[in-house]
Amino acid sequence: MSSDAQIFGRPRLSALEAAWVIARRDFVAVLFSRAFLFFLLGPLFPVIVGGLAGSIGGEVQRESVSVEVGLALSADENAAMITAADALRPQLGGVVPQLRVIEEASGDSNFDARAFLDQRRGNYAAILTGTLAAPQLVGTQGQVDSWTGPIELIAATASSAAPARFPEASREVVATSAASERTNRIRTAQAAQLVLFLLTMLLGGMVLSNLAEEKGNKIIEILAAALPMDAVFMGKLFAMLGVSFVGIAVWGVVGWGFWAIAEGAIVTVTQTNFRDLPGPAVGWPMFLVLGIVYFTMAYLLLGSLFLTIGAMAASVREVQTLSMPVTMLQLMVFFLSAANIGQTGTALELTSVAFPLSSPFAMLARAALEETLWTHALALLWQGAAVVLLVKGGSLLFRKRVMKSGGAGRVKKPWFGRRTQKLAEPAQ
Amino acid sequence: MAVINHGPADNLAPGNSEAVWSGQPADARPLAIEARGLVKSFDGTRAVDGVDISVPEGAIYGILGPNGAGKTTTLRMLLGIIDPDEGVRRVFGYDRPHDIGRLIGYLPEERGLYPSMKCIEAIAFMGALRGLPLKEGRERAVELLERHDLGYAADRQIRQLSKGMAQTVQLLGTLVHRPRLVVLDEPFSGLDAINQGKLELMIRALAEDGVTVIFSTHVIHHAERLCEGVAIIAGGKVPYAGSVEAARDHIPAQVRLETRAREGAWLSALPKETRRNGDFFHFPLPEAGVEPLLRQLIEGEAGILSLSIERAGLHDAFVAIAGEAAARQLNADNQENRA
Repeated sequence: MSSDAQIFGRPRLSALEAAWVIARRDFVAVLFSRAFLFFLLGPLFPVIVGGLAGSIGGEVQRESVSVEVGLALSADENAAMITAADALRPQLGGVVPQLRVIEEASGDSNFDARAFLDQRRGNYAAILTGTLAAPQLVGTQGQVDSWTGPIELIAATASSAAPARFPEASREVVATSAASERTNRIRTAQAAQLVLFLLTMLLGGMVLSNLAEEKGNKIIEILAAALPMDAVFMGKLFAMLGVSFVGIAVWGVVGWGFWAIAEGAIVTVTQTNFRDLPGPAVGWPMFLVLGIVYFTMAYLLLGSLFLTIGAMAASVREVQTLSMPVTMLQLMVFFLSAANIGQTGTALELTSVAFPLSSPFAMLARAALEETLWTHALALLWQGAAVVLLVKGGSLLFRKRVMKSGGAGRVKKPWFGRRTQKLAEPAQ
Repeated sequence: MAVINHGPADNLAPGNSEAVWSGQPADARPLAIEARGLVKSFDGTRAVDGVDISVPEGAIYGILGPNGAGKTTTLRMLLGIIDPDEGVRRVFGYDRPHDIGRLIGYLPEERGLYPSMKCIEAIAFMGALRGLPLKEGRERAVELLERHDLGYAADRQIRQLSKGMAQTVQLLGTLVHRPRLVVLDEPFSGLDAINQGKLELMIRALAEDGVTVIFSTHVIHHAERLCEGVAIIAGGKVPYAGSVEAARDHIPAQVRLETRAREGAWLSALPKETRRNGDFFHFPLPEAGVEPLLRQLIEGEAGILSLSIERAGLHDAFVAIAGEAAARQLNADNQENRA
């Protein structure tokens, strides 16, 4: 059947077909542009910089933070303290500070610990003077508060006022408890929300300037004449969603590769072992599916809003100016849902579930915490309806505000500027 | 007035249109476009104020007016890009032009293409917007480019083309899906004389194939040479919409008379609107025709050297219909365009 016959059969494209035409063009145009390579590399820069900064910062902190307590007792008592500390450390671990004999105090009966610290000599958190029977800890308020207890324990052990070893409790580990499971799942919910937020923030902003090309190249009128504007909006959203999925897939593969090569280093740098992340209430497979679906919805919801805002802008400069308040809006949406993790059923949590923009974030947190699935179906229906409403509203606004005059004889004013004015009244 | 074609027309198939309307009077054909009382305001200013237009199928129809008169806004309403505040528009009997998007081709005043697209892809994409499969769009694009001596540029990016070539590519994209209605907004602007001539030929060829062509222009001679019907638009209103011939009839034909005698009783036979310009007398053609006048001039021994009857041009009709101010603005637009 020839195309002409097809055209005769159906004199218009369906909304999906129309959106597909736009989405296909945009997707291919973005994917095969040189800029897309930089787009893919973009998230690696903060990871690399963050990793470097983290390791350097950790090194500096390790060098600069001292938990050594200086000993300024008699030589015998100093030795007894160190022996006692070494004996206690296997059982008490980090509670027991490192002890170091202050050489300057050896044999000096007039050693003044306060003056020693005032002169900023040594690198001690605090200094222990006096005797084992009457120890005196000299240091700043915070250090004295931190170390008084452990030092008293070590001194008691050193003077044999306490047993050299404490009775060892036998250990039986259970997999979980109600309290720990909930606490752990909150960690998963927080991590998932954070990932969802970072991805939408990274990728959602791209939509803001999405119609700038069409407006700049004057193609917008051809699109508006050929297709309903909401189909154009929808096509653009789906194209950028597709581009985002490509980006996420590439970053996911790269991340998996890094994990396979340097799991230990990643755990050290991030201080998080992702293998130990507690399982969500709905189980990992369903949680991943819901994660993808909620990312899609979050992207479409925020994207449709950003597309509308960006489409209203008269210039690229206005789009750039708008990017900051848009980022703030994303942060507010994130905070609204993040603040209510674990408070299922409260008024604020229900608000974050019902408010379309925060709904995907709040519902993903629910998926981590609760096994119920029907609420997700309901939320997705609501979010889908909100996307349709936002797209319809955005396209309507675009047609009303942007596609107005032919331009001839008129001065174009920016969106935020004064109203459009005629240069001259047409002849009567 | 012709009967409005209210429903999906039976003859919408492109194949049905070929030469169907050739030679048929306008009022015997169904309407491709009908607009009644279109009104559109922007920020309190009425850009279009009660426009009525009827375009029969297969016609070449011009919307003639100065810049800012409301031509583009009218076309945008006809195409469904914007909705009128008041009034109705029907395209092939449909209230919503997007419902028959596949039958329409549109070249906007502000030309635009994606600069990084190749010519062949740009044309195919414009076809795809109107429902033409990409593969077929590419095949037709090659064919069209070759037919217009641009075959060598098929794989060039739009940004590598000259302005004229890019305009041609966009026009081909407007036509690639073989529309039944072609709407061109100021199609001649920015084209040199040669390309204007080519475009005129293209428009005529479309009409010969039964395609309805409607274009806006502020250049009267394009409308006069091409159009079967025109709408004169000024200040957002349409003081005249109808055939070019009828528009010209708004002004009576002018008689130009040259005589040997300078004075005589025969002078009283001339109409009172007569103006003298050197050896020539100019006056409107009397309602009774020239025969009675000729008789009086001969009897009065005026010594007729020459007598010609000149029909008014569309420009004169435009001045008479739209007013001096609109005509001055139209001339200014033309000068600006040429500059």
